[in-house]
Amino acid sequence: MAEVRLESIARECRVQILRMLAHAGSGHPGGSLSVIDILTTLYFGRLRYDAKRPDWPDRDRVVLSKGHAVPALYAVLAKAGYFPEKQLITLRKLGSPLQGHPDRTTLPGVEAATGSLGQGLSISLGLALGLKLTGSKSRVYCILGDGETQEGQVWEAAMSAPKLGQPDHALDNLVVILDYNRIQLDNFVKKVLDIEPVTAKWQSFGWPVIEIDGHDLGQITKALDQAEATTGVPTFIVAHTVKGKGVSFMENDPEWHGKAPKPAEAIKAIREVLGVTESAWEEYLKTDTTTRAIVDEIAVLEKK
Amino acid sequence: MPAKASRAAFGEALLDLGAKDERIVTVDADLSKSTMTVNFAKKYPQRAFNVGIAESNMIGIGAGLALTGRIPFTCSFACFLVGRFETIRISVAYTNANVKLVGTHSGIAIGEDGYSQMGIEDVACIRSLPNIGIIQPADEIETKQAIAYAVEHQGPLYLRLTRQNLEPVCPPDYRFQYGRWLVLRKGHDVTLIGSGGPLFNCLEAAKRLEADGISAEVINAACIKPLDEDLLVQSAGKSGHVVTVEDHSIHGGLGGAVAEFLGDVLPTPTKRLGVHGFGESGDARGLYAKHGLDPAGIAVSVKKFLHR
Repeated sequence: MAEVRLESIARECRVQILRMLAHAGSGHPGGSLSVIDILTTLYFGRLRYDAKRPDWPDRDRVVLSKGHAVPALYAVLAKAGYFPEKQLITLRKLGSPLQGHPDRTTLPGVEAATGSLGQGLSISLGLALGLKLTGSKSRVYCILGDGETQEGQVWEAAMSAPKLGQPDHALDNLVVILDYNRIQLDNFVKKVLDIEPVTAKWQSFGWPVIEIDGHDLGQITKALDQAEATTGVPTFIVAHTVKGKGVSFMENDPEWHGKAPKPAEAIKAIREVLGVTESAWEEYLKTDTTTRAIVDEIAVLEKK
Repeated sequence: MPAKASRAAFGEALLDLGAKDERIVTVDADLSKSTMTVNFAKKYPQRAFNVGIAESNMIGIGAGLALTGRIPFTCSFACFLVGRFETIRISVAYTNANVKLVGTHSGIAIGEDGYSQMGIEDVACIRSLPNIGIIQPADEIETKQAIAYAVEHQGPLYLRLTRQNLEPVCPPDYRFQYGRWLVLRKGHDVTLIGSGGPLFNCLEAAKRLEADGISAEVINAACIKPLDEDLLVQSAGKSGHVVTVEDHSIHGGLGGAVAEFLGDVLPTPTKRLGVHGFGESGDARGLYAKHGLDPAGIAVSVKKFLHR
C-alpha cells in the first residue's frame, strides 16, 4: 500500500521534472528521471523533516552531490511543502531561488551547494560527524552520480568515511546512494572511463555495499532499513537505474543527459510517464485537470 | 615580548579558546605538527580530526561540520589549502559555510623548502570569492586576537599565517577589529601599507626614510578583505603616495586590492612591493633581500617611487 502511494508521488514528480525543464529550455532530464524514485522514497517514506522549519537541527539531511539532477530535488521539495509547486517553472530564470544547480543560500531545503562534481560526499562526512558530535540522531543521505565517482575527491572521502570519528563518533548515520544510470555527459560511463568494479572498490575501502534496482521502491526501502540497522560504519547503496527512466525516447540515450525537451516532446513524455496511450490522451486530460493545466501551460511555450 | 610565529600563536590561542567553546574543532591533513593544531588534538582528541593527505576532503568535511554548528579550523599550508580552490569556491564560499580556513607557511619566508611549499598566490585566489574575509595578523598579540575574533565571526574566513617568527609590532593595548587597520607610525610623505611577515621591515624602513627626510606613515593592514577603506582614503589623501608591502605575489594580493580600490575612489600613485615570479629555495633573509622586502629594499623602492 505504501508503495502505491510512493509510486503515485514519483509519477507526479516526473511530470513536474518534465514541466520545469520544458519551461526552462535547458537542464538535465536523464539524471533527474533516474534519481527521482530514490528521492521520492527518501522524502515521502523515510526522512524526518519539517518543511515549515527548514533549519530544524534534528532534521535528516540529503546532499544531492550530483547537483545537475536538481530538478528532481526541486520536485520533491515542492511536493513536501518547502515552496509552492507553481514556483517550479521559475527554474533557471533570472531572480529565481531555483538555480540551475543547488544553491543553499537561496532555497530553504537545499543542504549544500553542489554541481561542481565530487564535493558532496566530503560535505556529507562533515555533516554526519557534526551530528554525531552534537549527539543528534539525524541521518545523512548523500546521492552520488556514477560519472561523478571519476572525481578524485570522492575517493579521498571514500577512504576516510569508514575511519572518521571512530570509535565514539563512527559515521553509521551516513548512507551514500550511487545513482548508477551508466551514462555521463559525453557518453556511456563504460566508454568514457569505466568505474567497475564498483562494489568491490567500495567494499575494499571498508564500506558495506548493498546492490538494488533503483526504481524498485520496495528494494530502496529495504536497503535504507538495512543501512539504518548497520552500526559502526556508513553504508553504500548501489542503485542500478535507467537514465531518463519512464520516457521511452529518453531512456538510455546519452543525448538526454543535458538537453531539455521541447514543448511537444515534454507533453509526449508526460503522457508516457502517466502511462496513457496517444489515442486515449485527450479523453484522459478531461478527467485529470491538474495535468490538463500543466499541458496547456507547456503548449503555450510552443507558440512563443 | 619575544618574536613568535603566527602559526605558534594560533596553536596557543586555539588551546585556550577550545577550553571555553566546545563548538571549536580542528580538521587537518597530516600537517598538524606544522600548522600547530597538534596540542589542541592532544588535549581534545574527540574534537580534532586528521583526515590524511587529502586537502579537498578536509575542506569539505569542514564545510559539513560548520553546517551542523561546529566551528571548524581547517588547516594546512596556505598553498595546499588554497590549491583546492574549486572545493573552497563551492563547498565553503557559495555554501556560505562557517569554516575557518587556516593557511600557514605563507610566503617566500618559509625559505629552504622552495616554491612548491610557498603560498604566494593564496590571497589573490581567496580575494576573488564572495563571502570569505581575509585576515593576516602580524605578530603574536594580533594573531591571538584575530583567532578569538574568528570564533565569533559568522561566516567563512581565511587566516593567513607564517612559519617564521614575527617581531612584535602592535602596541600592548592593541584591539583587533575586523575591517579596521591600525596606524603604527604617523607620517605625511608616503603611506606604507604592510601586512603579516614584512610589516616589521616596513617599520625599520620608515626609520631609514626618516633619516633621509621622508616621513612615512606605516599602516598594519591585518584585514585584507574587507579593506579599511576609510583609513586608506584618509592616509592616501594626506600623503598622495601609497606603497604596499606583502610576502605574496605582486598580482592580486593586498597591493592589488589597494590599487583597485584607490583607482575607483581616489586615484593615487601606488607602488606594489611583493614577490615577482616563482619563489625558490634559500634563506628567508636572502629571499626578502632579493625581492626587495627587507628594510633596505623597501626604503630604496619608496625613495625611487617618490622621486620618479
